[in-house]
Amino acid sequence: MLGADAIVKCLEEEHVSCVFGYPGVAIAPFYQSLSESTIDSVLIRTEQNAAHAASGLARATGTVGVCAVTSGPGATNVITGIATAFADSIPLVCITGQVNSNLIGSDVFQEADITGAVESFVKYSYLIKNVNDIPRIMKEAFHIASTGRKGPVLIDVPIDIQNATISHFKYPESVSLRTYKPTVKGHIVQIHKVIKELEKAKRPIICAGGGVLLADAQKELIELAEKHHLPVVSTMMGIGVMPTDHPLYYGMVGNNGKLYANRAMNESDLLIMVGARVADRAVSQPDLITGNKTLVHIDVDSAEIGKNAWAAIPLVGDCKSIFNDFLQEDFSGDHEAWIETLNGYRSSMLRERKVNPAYVDPAAFIRRLSELMDDHSIFVADVGQNQIWSCDNFHVRGGKFFTSGGMGTMGYAIPAAMGAKFAAKDRQVVALCGDGGFQMSMCELATMRQHRIPVKIIVLNNSFLGMVREYQHYTYKDNYQMVSLDGNPDLSYLSKAYGISYLRAEKMDGIDEIIREFLSGNESCLLECMIDPLDLVK
Amino acid sequence: MRRRVFQLLVDNTTGVLSRISGLFSRRGYNIESITAGVTADPRFTRITIVTNGDDEILDQIEKQVAKLVDVRDIKVLKPEESVYRELAMIKVRCDDMQRQAVLANATIFRAKIVDVSQESMIIEITGNQEKIDAFLKLLDGYEILELARTGIAGLGRGIENVTYLN
Repeated sequence: MLGADAIVKCLEEEHVSCVFGYPGVAIAPFYQSLSESTIDSVLIRTEQNAAHAASGLARATGTVGVCAVTSGPGATNVITGIATAFADSIPLVCITGQVNSNLIGSDVFQEADITGAVESFVKYSYLIKNVNDIPRIMKEAFHIASTGRKGPVLIDVPIDIQNATISHFKYPESVSLRTYKPTVKGHIVQIHKVIKELEKAKRPIICAGGGVLLADAQKELIELAEKHHLPVVSTMMGIGVMPTDHPLYYGMVGNNGKLYANRAMNESDLLIMVGARVADRAVSQPDLITGNKTLVHIDVDSAEIGKNAWAAIPLVGDCKSIFNDFLQEDFSGDHEAWIETLNGYRSSMLRERKVNPAYVDPAAFIRRLSELMDDHSIFVADVGQNQIWSCDNFHVRGGKFFTSGGMGTMGYAIPAAMGAKFAAKDRQVVALCGDGGFQMSMCELATMRQHRIPVKIIVLNNSFLGMVREYQHYTYKDNYQMVSLDGNPDLSYLSKAYGISYLRAEKMDGIDEIIREFLSGNESCLLECMIDPLDLVK
Repeated sequence: MRRRVFQLLVDNTTGVLSRISGLFSRRGYNIESITAGVTADPRFTRITIVTNGDDEILDQIEKQVAKLVDVRDIKVLKPEESVYRELAMIKVRCDDMQRQAVLANATIFRAKIVDVSQESMIIEITGNQEKIDAFLKLLDGYEILELARTGIAGLGRGIENVTYLN
């Protein structure tokens, strides 16, 4: 058995269903072996999107996403995708081909020090130097990627290692990493301290981040909130922890969040942060939030606690396990008045939008779209104004909401939606992007066509890089620089070129029919919405 | 700003030092000195890092370093409970006339002369950083041609805080 066969065998042992990637000489032995496996492979059109697609698959299924690219430029191209996954703690295993072991360091053709280059964006990386290490390294890589705070792991495999014969293949049943042992169970003393605070608190609130989704703890969160009448807000990465119209859910916090969500968080006397980094976009001055409240910070990564805000009660562990511990305990608190206050905020503190009737109103459009989509659909928002409108207006019911939150990588939506659709073929998957982000990944329309991945795509077209234009509107007095997208292609022709049906919405009149037609059937479709070029998210 | 000495026990893997120093540089932590060497068990390397920052930063350094997969153990070496040593080699310009005076200073500090030439001398001195600083101050009037300091290595006193390897 060759090293390349061993890698494929390990992927089979891990029940990997699909590898997204792009070949090259340095990864050719791996793809040769993969062709003899039942694992699907999807030929992506640029390497960055291989990592995004693997990320979409990982988020849709809760498993580890896998991508494989060649050495040198293939490997360096994938870095942005890896960094995006790292920022959002998405579990990935990225396999990169590498030049012959004995040529490493001599700057030969398509050589790049990829383990060095990705050092700050991976949980861990390996350069395989001995073919017999493959089973152990693969096992460790999947373990590290999918446990504790999840994230990407990179494995660099020189071509001679892929071609070497492995003396004895045995996939280890367990890992023996001497140093890596993430905490799962929350400390009971800390849990009791939190309960004491909950009994005392008059204005408690839970702020849920992406960690709750990564731990698959939505059900437990809802149960806990309902049992004790605890209001919940979320960060951008936490959208979808609860259905948007749940009576105890008060929206997304942050500088692009709901006014009432921020007010609820600011006025609380007990703030329970769960699986959230307390980063700058969610809490503008993290070090100040503890002034008038007790901060409890629950996270699987102990280094997150106290990084941006000092927590009175740190609680390290997996939030699903911790929520279950809370559910086991008997305690009660009285905060009905607080809930009533929050309900008052929710009904009165609405942002007024100035809507131009000559165009599609992106806010109302996204709201309506979310209502007409299937219950268990997956929606992927790109980055920019479209993302903020999506966060603000998309109503999550039973489905999932993905976006690139930490890194804010434009072009994420289409490949991530593709990865999600590939893994969840029975679900409706919709990607929404601006005309800028769309052009960063429109090459993937060919991948969708070739591999029959029927993703629905919406482009909000304002012929601008809207988010930057909005920034220049406020900061540089409308001196627009580098934000006009005047050279946009005609999307109707583009759709035709890629064999995808095309719809266009220019106004809100008849929008329901257009959305219904767009969503109908299990075929790709591109819907272009003309929106006011001067529209603002706030 | 406080100064803190961390002692790390790490897996002796390829690139482990660059992973650790890379963490410091990308998160903007200071490294005053870093020393590394293999332990009695060749699977592990012991690293001593001297760093500084306010309390929150020092706390973050400890947590972030502990999070690295290769890091087996991290400890704070408190000055009152530890022994620190640094080695310095100092090449000073000195002719026949000056040699005796430099030698006298070196003797007081229990430093060794490890090389002598017509115009220069290399002095080797071991001790805590304050001792080495004091010795360098004493050489103020001489031209120091080259100076190599290792940064400190340290161990905790006694047997209580030993991390046993298995």
